[in-house]
Amino acid sequence: MEHTYKFLLRIGDDSLILGQRLAELCGHGPILEEDIALTNISLDLIGQATNIYTYAAQLEGKGRDADALAFLRLEHQYLNAILVEQPNGNFADTLVRQFFFDVYRKLLFEHLLTSSDAQIAAIAEKSLKETRYHLKHSSEWVIRLGDGTELSKERAQFAILDLWRYTDELFYMDETEIQLANAGVIPNLKDLKPLWMEHVLSILNIATLKLPENQGFFGAGRQGRHSEYMGFLLAQLQYMQRVYPNMQW
Amino acid sequence: MSTNEWPLWEVFIRSKQGLNHKHVGSLRAPDAEMALQNARDVYTRRSEGISIWVVQSALITASDPADSEAYFEPSDSKVYRHPTFYDLPDGIEHM
Repeated sequence: MEHTYKFLLRIGDDSLILGQRLAELCGHGPILEEDIALTNISLDLIGQATNIYTYAAQLEGKGRDADALAFLRLEHQYLNAILVEQPNGNFADTLVRQFFFDVYRKLLFEHLLTSSDAQIAAIAEKSLKETRYHLKHSSEWVIRLGDGTELSKERAQFAILDLWRYTDELFYMDETEIQLANAGVIPNLKDLKPLWMEHVLSILNIATLKLPENQGFFGAGRQGRHSEYMGFLLAQLQYMQRVYPNMQW
Repeated sequence: MSTNEWPLWEVFIRSKQGLNHKHVGSLRAPDAEMALQNARDVYTRRSEGISIWVVQSALITASDPADSEAYFEPSDSKVYRHPTFYDLPDGIEHM
């Protein structure tokens, strides 16, 4: 139970924090159509977080609800990968971040369909349909940015070099994931990495973009150690609940 | 506004109930595939449809409003073109 709870926080926090990042773009998208698209994805992710947290809260059994998990933890208690808390940057930064994440999430949910935990399998099934669309959207954009103008290619390539270092953390496994993988609750995440790489490369090849060579990886968000951007994000996310505790609307 | 705008696309949606795709509006997109995706996000968020068509607005040939008299008024005086002059036999339903 304890391991399942922690894993749910890890993937639920990925959804919530990326959802919050994308929500920042509401009303600020590059054009109206893309503004709506990104905000839709944000809402999908926050909806997924709600489902995941609701189950996590139930497993925890301490009377906390999904809102308490979403809004009332401290920075080091969030276990999202560092990739998703990175700032929106320019449009290429936003879409490359989304693309790396979407490929991982689609693979993860596909493998969670056969989870020995029926609730997790159900959450995966519901989320997978949304995630497939997110991936289609971000893939099409990566292709157009990479194989677009000189400027769009430069920005997309720079975004890849900048964000690449955070991607290995998506496949992080400690005692929690190892135990759950042995119990058939989750797949072995290390096995997902080559599938992820294959998918990413297939799109980047079409986009005429390259992966960095000999660059190391970084990130300890899964253990609650975040980048300098996280505190500001949480300040905004939690503001209303901190100022007006238990407020509802 | 940039002079380098994305082209305009007209969006047609087939609803769950209806047989035909109906025009629902327009949007901007760099190409057809993105126009479809944008149409999905802009026009089907509330389960409005099960199929989408997009067509670049520039490819549509439209009648000129200035020609509307010549085009459409002549048919106004030809009521016999409507099938209203037949006596229906008793017992026919669904007409």
